[in-house]
Amino acid sequence: MNMKDLPDKELFTSGHTACPGCAAPIVVRNVMKILGEKTLVYNPACCLLVFGGTYPWVAWEVPYHHVAFENTGACATGMTRALKRMDRDDCTVLGMAGDGGTADIGFQALSGAAERNEDILYLMYDNEAYMNTGIQRSGATPFGAWTTTTPAGKVIGGKEQFKKDVAQIMLAHAVPYVATANLAYPADFLRKVEKAKNMKGFRFLQVYSPCPTGWRADTDSAIKLSKMAVETGLWTQWEADHGVVKINAKPKFTPIRDYLKLQGRFAHMTDEQIDVLQEWVKKKWERDEKWLGALSE
Amino acid sequence: MVKRVVTGNYAAAHGAKISRAEFVAAYPITPQTFIVEHISEFVNDGEMDCDFVRMESEHSAMSAMVSAAATGVRTFTATASQGLALMHEILFIGAAIRLPLVMPVVNRTVAAPIGIWAEYNDTMPQRDTGWMQVYVEDNQEVLDMVLQAYRIAENRDVLLPMMVNLDAFILSHTVEPVDLYGYEEADKFLPKYEPHVHLLPEDPMAIGTFTPPEYIQELRYQTDAAMEASKKVIGEVNKEFADLFGRDYGGLIEEYRTDDAEVVLVTLGTVTSTARKVVDDLREEGKAVGLVKLRFFRPYPTDELRAIADRVKAVGIYDRSIAFNNGGPSFIEAKSALYGYTIPIVNFLAGIGGRDVFYSDVKLMFETLLEAASKGEAEKDVIWMSTRGVDA
Ligand SMILES: Cc1ncc(C[n+]2csc(CCOP(=O)(O)OP(=O)(O)O)c2C)c(N)n1
Ligand SMILES: [Mg+2]
Repeated sequence: MNMKDLPDKELFTSGHTACPGCAAPIVVRNVMKILGEKTLVYNPACCLLVFGGTYPWVAWEVPYHHVAFENTGACATGMTRALKRMDRDDCTVLGMAGDGGTADIGFQALSGAAERNEDILYLMYDNEAYMNTGIQRSGATPFGAWTTTTPAGKVIGGKEQFKKDVAQIMLAHAVPYVATANLAYPADFLRKVEKAKNMKGFRFLQVYSPCPTGWRADTDSAIKLSKMAVETGLWTQWEADHGVVKINAKPKFTPIRDYLKLQGRFAHMTDEQIDVLQEWVKKKWERDEKWLGALSE
Repeated sequence: MVKRVVTGNYAAAHGAKISRAEFVAAYPITPQTFIVEHISEFVNDGEMDCDFVRMESEHSAMSAMVSAAATGVRTFTATASQGLALMHEILFIGAAIRLPLVMPVVNRTVAAPIGIWAEYNDTMPQRDTGWMQVYVEDNQEVLDMVLQAYRIAENRDVLLPMMVNLDAFILSHTVEPVDLYGYEEADKFLPKYEPHVHLLPEDPMAIGTFTPPEYIQELRYQTDAAMEASKKVIGEVNKEFADLFGRDYGGLIEEYRTDDAEVVLVTLGTVTSTARKVVDDLREEGKAVGLVKLRFFRPYPTDELRAIADRVKAVGIYDRSIAFNNGGPSFIEAKSALYGYTIPIVNFLAGIGGRDVFYSDVKLMFETLLEAASKGEAEKDVIWMSTRGVDA
């Protein structure tokens, strides 16, 4: 499928209530165009649940289901298994969860579903915090970032830990497909979603999803920040097709300072903190190249 | 009739099989484990045509149940104690989105202290989740109620999930002769599953969306009305089952020798069997005692209890768990149902943590009730039976 082949028909329609500049509806809208009408969506508690429709309205034009926050892997299991019992092999089950619902509270259900190799496409839209509840830190929040639970205080400024690499943990589950994707690379994004769609078994996509509200950034900055995340090396674009890894883009290692300064969540960071994060990027890339590289063909 | 000597857990697993549950998601916990082990054997031996998913937790098991039922299949799981506590969050959701889930719960004490024996502090706190709850007395009733549970839960006037509660070890691990009927008989009673909702692209539904206050109050009202409506359905299903299988459980409650009784004891679960014997013996002595087996805790048989209270001079309520500082949960419910009555209502707490409830304990309950009836009042309204540190 090419960009120009994407159908006009919207399966995630306008009228949703996402904040201005939010990347998540762009992700959903395009993912749904690629996956098509024969898709069942499970959505845990997260921003998407709320902005995707308030009863009696809903922006989804496909079967849509919510149960709770920490159970995307389990609910999607119930859906895919029930479909098989009903002789429906023609549908895709998409579990679409936030970084909190994936990296933290939902991790057990995610790991269980991956270990059982359930026939699910799991998409983690990563806005690097619990946005729905008002910007609290998650395991996927980067070092130094301000959130409402990691405030820029007089003694401690922002998050003290580094971002958890969920995609690499999923790679260790040896599932058919694991990839990271990013809206600033639309052809790569489309290719990965389509590839995941056409596979069976457990597929995991981690998609970078800027949140101007929570990141204290301009509402037109989502795509720019997406690109800078890759160019700085903060975000590694890679995929693993049945365990064979490919790093899709080599960073330019532009200084992270340029990326940080566009976002109020990093405004308080000291030079030392920025140095710590810059050093982390270097080490992360070395590790990615070594670990992921070892699994390439 | 094929009578076989089986445990309560086997009866529950057999019930899932002949009910043609299509999807089972479960996680093992003592004393429920044999249920999932038997189902594993049925499936691996090709005797049961279902998709059995060995989940990674009870929270996930209940989540998968809800979503499989929403997609459109008949579901089954079983749990106990800590497992039920872990499911708690999702129990509300299964009921509120009106899914006919069926789940035996092997009643076991909830820690601390950690123990594995019978107590109702696992199921009683689930009262307000919207699940129907039936407490059974023997292994035959385990099987029969699994089958009936589907009929009641799937009834379009009800559409609520049901727990079938059986006492840890006393039933779960104890063998009894059970009429272990098969698919043929079950099929006559329980038709093929027809889902009332589904998640299919031809007819997309949104199940479980974010909902503002403008609608939630009506939704709660509808669930409340469905719980009320289930009473009639429970009676009808009981009758139909009795006509077909020859076993009449009485519906919401079973009355035993209550006709001219002056006092009645309201029991739940296996203590009922002991109480039957005590009633028989006291009747021999000319004492006008009767027994009410409280089968359903939700829906609660308010009218039935009031009709009995109209005729008796004292009512005793047996509880196997405690709602701290206010007696047991069954006692609290009974007092609420019998509001306005001036007869003594006495609570007996016994068997907690799985301690045996002896014939002598139950006899003492009746003697206490007879004394309260003659005096027109009870000395104490909450009595901890044979409990160290409590003045007798
Ligand atoms: C068991 C439970 N704990 C907490 C919450 C509150 N809660 C709802 S959404 C959410 C954060 C979601 O964060 P994430 O998954 O990153 O999605 P986002 O809102 O950022 O898109 C939290 C904490 C909940 N709904 N359920
Ligand atoms: Mg988030």
